[in-house]
Amino acid sequence: MKAPVSWLKDYVDIDISVKELADSMTMTGSKVEEIIEEGKEITNVVVCKIIEIEKHPDADKLVVTKADIGGGKILQIVTGAPNTQLNSFVPVALDGATLPGGHTIKTGKLRGVVSEGMFCSSQELGKTPEDFPGSCEYGLLILNDIGFKPEFLETKKGTDVKELLGINETVIDFEITNNRPDCFSIIGLAREAAVTMGKDFSAPKIKETGKEGNPADYLKVTVEDPELCPRYVARVVKDVKIGPSPKWMRDRLNAAGVRAIDNIVDITNYVMLEYGQPMHAFDYRNIENGHIIVRKANDGETITTLDNEERNLKSTHIVIGDEKKPIAVAGVMGGLYSGINEDTTTIVFESAVFDAATVRLGAKDLAMRTEASTRFEKGLDLNNCVPAIDRACELVEILGAGTVVGGYVDVKAKDNLPVQINFRPERINAFLGTEIPEIKMVSILEMLGMTVKDNMITVPTYRPDVKMEADVAEEIARFYGYNNIQSSLLAGKAATQGRKNKRQSLLDSIKEFLIAEGAYEALTFSFTSPKVFDKMRLSEDDSRRKALVISNPLGEDFSIMRTSMVPSMLQIISTNYSRRVEEGRIFEVAYTYHSDEKPLKNIPEHRETLVIGAFGKSEDFFTIKGMAEEILIGLKIRSYEFVPFEESPVYHPGRCAKLMINGTEAGILGEIHPLTAENFECPERCYVAEILVDKLVENAVTMPSFKELPKYPAVTRDLAVIVNKDVLSGDIEKIIKQRGGNLLESCGLFDVYEGSQMAEGMKSMAYSLVFRAEDRTLNDEDIQKIIDKILHGIRTQLGGELR
Amino acid sequence: MKQQLEEIMQRAKEKLSLVKEKSELEEIRLAFLGKKGELTAILKGMGALSAEERPKIGQIANQVREYIEEAIESKGIELSAKELEQKLKAEKVDVTMPSKKTMIGGRHPLSSVIEEISRIFIGMGYEIAEGPEVELDYYNFEALNTPKNHPARDAQDTFYFTENILLRSQTSPVQARVMQSQKPPIKIICPGKVYRADEIDATHSPVFHQIEGLVIDKGVTMGDLKGTLELFAKNIFGESTKIRLRPHHFPFTEPSCEVDVSCWSCGGEGCRTCKGEGWIEILGAGMVHPNVLKECGIDPEVYSGFAFGLGVERTAMGRFGIKDLRLFYENDLRFLKQF
Repeated sequence: MKAPVSWLKDYVDIDISVKELADSMTMTGSKVEEIIEEGKEITNVVVCKIIEIEKHPDADKLVVTKADIGGGKILQIVTGAPNTQLNSFVPVALDGATLPGGHTIKTGKLRGVVSEGMFCSSQELGKTPEDFPGSCEYGLLILNDIGFKPEFLETKKGTDVKELLGINETVIDFEITNNRPDCFSIIGLAREAAVTMGKDFSAPKIKETGKEGNPADYLKVTVEDPELCPRYVARVVKDVKIGPSPKWMRDRLNAAGVRAIDNIVDITNYVMLEYGQPMHAFDYRNIENGHIIVRKANDGETITTLDNEERNLKSTHIVIGDEKKPIAVAGVMGGLYSGINEDTTTIVFESAVFDAATVRLGAKDLAMRTEASTRFEKGLDLNNCVPAIDRACELVEILGAGTVVGGYVDVKAKDNLPVQINFRPERINAFLGTEIPEIKMVSILEMLGMTVKDNMITVPTYRPDVKMEADVAEEIARFYGYNNIQSSLLAGKAATQGRKNKRQSLLDSIKEFLIAEGAYEALTFSFTSPKVFDKMRLSEDDSRRKALVISNPLGEDFSIMRTSMVPSMLQIISTNYSRRVEEGRIFEVAYTYHSDEKPLKNIPEHRETLVIGAFGKSEDFFTIKGMAEEILIGLKIRSYEFVPFEESPVYHPGRCAKLMINGTEAGILGEIHPLTAENFECPERCYVAEILVDKLVENAVTMPSFKELPKYPAVTRDLAVIVNKDVLSGDIEKIIKQRGGNLLESCGLFDVYEGSQMAEGMKSMAYSLVFRAEDRTLNDEDIQKIIDKILHGIRTQLGGELR
Repeated sequence: MKQQLEEIMQRAKEKLSLVKEKSELEEIRLAFLGKKGELTAILKGMGALSAEERPKIGQIANQVREYIEEAIESKGIELSAKELEQKLKAEKVDVTMPSKKTMIGGRHPLSSVIEEISRIFIGMGYEIAEGPEVELDYYNFEALNTPKNHPARDAQDTFYFTENILLRSQTSPVQARVMQSQKPPIKIICPGKVYRADEIDATHSPVFHQIEGLVIDKGVTMGDLKGTLELFAKNIFGESTKIRLRPHHFPFTEPSCEVDVSCWSCGGEGCRTCKGEGWIEILGAGMVHPNVLKECGIDPEVYSGFAFGLGVERTAMGRFGIKDLRLFYENDLRFLKQF
């Protein structure tokens, strides 16, 4: 809300600087976005009289003039303006003058003739010809054409043109929060300013208007649904003379960011800004049978609004209609047909309240949020309708714009009664943690227009936000000063234990393990494009294609919730690769989202997934497997295995494994299929692991049990077996572990040989086995027995032989 | 004989002084003290001495032997020390050469900030609460005093799946869930991803992170809120940080405020970082609205509480001097490696 300071001063005495006012208003809750000093950029532009015009010796379109700037000083100015007239008064930018847009004017030569400045148009002063009724559309701003008398201008020669034109308003732009419709007005802000400064607020006094006549002779108003329009007030003005409004009004409207149009429309806008109550003026002759009907729009009905756009209406919109047609979109914008024209003679002022939610949705629907709709959608005070319309009528008289007909048409569905709240000062202090004296509280509330009597606060109806004790506490705190509240630290409150739960702590550990492995954590968007499924080469019936669809996405690329962490990881690898980062390890922990419901009725499954990615020349299948395994070891998960998996379309069929923990699937990892990698513009070889966090958490051992340190020496034996090439190392190890029993302490593969000494299709696998007993030193005989058992197993189950 | 003994001692002394290698010491020992050694030979001739002389010479001979033994031992120690010294000298390396490192990775800067803030609040007795990102409209808005058609909903352009299921636009629904399922005292923070339909640019992202905090107990005051935020601000922005509360409006708190901290760049003097204001807005906060307490089954006549929330991206951008928010989500390793 842009509030011209001069306008605020109509209602409150401001004797501090604008900056001080702005700072203190910010601290009482009316946040200042900006202080705009109009005309700040205009310096050294003064009034002059053109006293001589001669042709330029070398240019047909230029003239050489003499300009009198008073005090006996005459300047030579060269200009090309088409409306340069002798004896006219114009603004002249002197040598060194500055103009909006950062222009500086200097004495110079134009086609060889010295010019000691520049005459200005309205545009050059940052304005438009419409801002100065009577001025030419092109060319210089002739001051004697826009309402200034030449005799008066004679006395102003050499004076600052900003003062003359009123381009010197200071405007404070306030951010108004949704709960304060009253502050969407000069009066509301003036009231806040008064309480902020501890000054008196001078409430508006409106002169009574229109003693004669009866609007009922002109007008009938029917409100079909009082819920949508709880109050509709109308007054009639006859003998209207449409013309420009006076300069002071236009200046204020301009400063507040509203374009001046004509006297009647300007009055409605002026009252809206001043009172916060949007107004509308209808041309009476275009209201069929003088009957205004407030109703729901019909589906498919159309109206051309004041901005000359045809609008398609729906039954969710409210319209003002007459007996034949809609004449305004209620609370949003008037219709063109019933708008004010140059030849309008009788008008109807409307000052009404419409249902906030309906206006809000209607304006959103029609994509036309207006000054009016932003006010209505916050919920307006029914009791403000009459003062606002009276003010409009008063302004009609002040401007001499017509004759006000006495009386009102007032259709009111209910009364807006003031809210009453128990006043419990000790509780407010207990709530705020303050010791504000009761008398101070009462004084704040009274300055805000509330009354306090018999421990009961009566809240004026223009403050719909004050409904209960907490609201009263806020009012008191605002003006007591939030920053005067003493800080405390929950002294005397129950002690609580601060901690992370098991999952959160384990997640931290998992991240630490990966960081120790050289991986960097990444964060990516949770939504993605449906195109990723084809890039992943998923089959048509792959369950990962069943993604949640956002109904109002930012675009297709962000339209579905991810069902896999692989695409975002490959995207990261691709981004880095394309930027010539040659290698890297990355991980991310995030949710994938899954639901079979269509349409969605319940919160979908959030599957927390760890994804690890690796690329670069030092990576291979076993490095990604190593990262996964380090996590398992770190979490002290004992029972896991990696099972070959050839069926994933995403991974290389020969370099992919499922991770099984305690027999259930916990993840998948491997080298990305070269075609998938290509689809994501990744390097040919990159590696990804996807692991379900829940499985890690479930199986992690957080309280390991202690085992006595060994007392007897270990015995190490190497065992090399020859097996078919297809036999998996994992299967050999399984047999070794099974048959090694309790005495086998560890078993590790140390050599694989497939060279010339091997028969075709065979390989040698060599393991180092460590045996130990808890109660004695093992002898050769003990070991041999176990080795025999192992070999027997390998022979019978895998067809292998001792090498 | 006495003279002979003295000569032996003298010779041993001389020989030892010439020794360079430890191995020579054994030779010397054998030469003097061994079975065929010089001293041994002399002792063997003691039988020829008179009974008077024998004890005297015997004593001298013992002294000579002890002397030689000790001299050999101390020479040995001396040589060992010298050898070690030479070895260490030979093993000298250029310590400025590159180290052999296992590369270490790192957390995402946003995750680091969340972690740092979490630690501060855990230290103050808060637990970390989490909730779903695909959330019910009820928890995201209605339970938080923001009914359908409330204008505050416009400010948070929300992604919807259906009329009632959305992507949470704030982490506050977690607060509502905790209040409905847990009895006071409640002290939680809720970090997490939130979603708003903002086009991506240098300061906006449709996905971003928030941390909210909630405290509910008997007799919690606005002073407690202020004290808590002060402590937090000092922890994260430095001991000299001041905070400033400005009245504001949020549907779920009353009174509500926006919280500024004194500028971390200039300390409040006014600079480019704080746009000359001396203050930087980092938080929204307030006392939990009685309607919210009621909706969550907590009696506002008995309990009160405060809530606060901050944007993680904004805080991280301030802390690290990052100008473009998009960097957080590109995951360029050259960026990630800086934190």
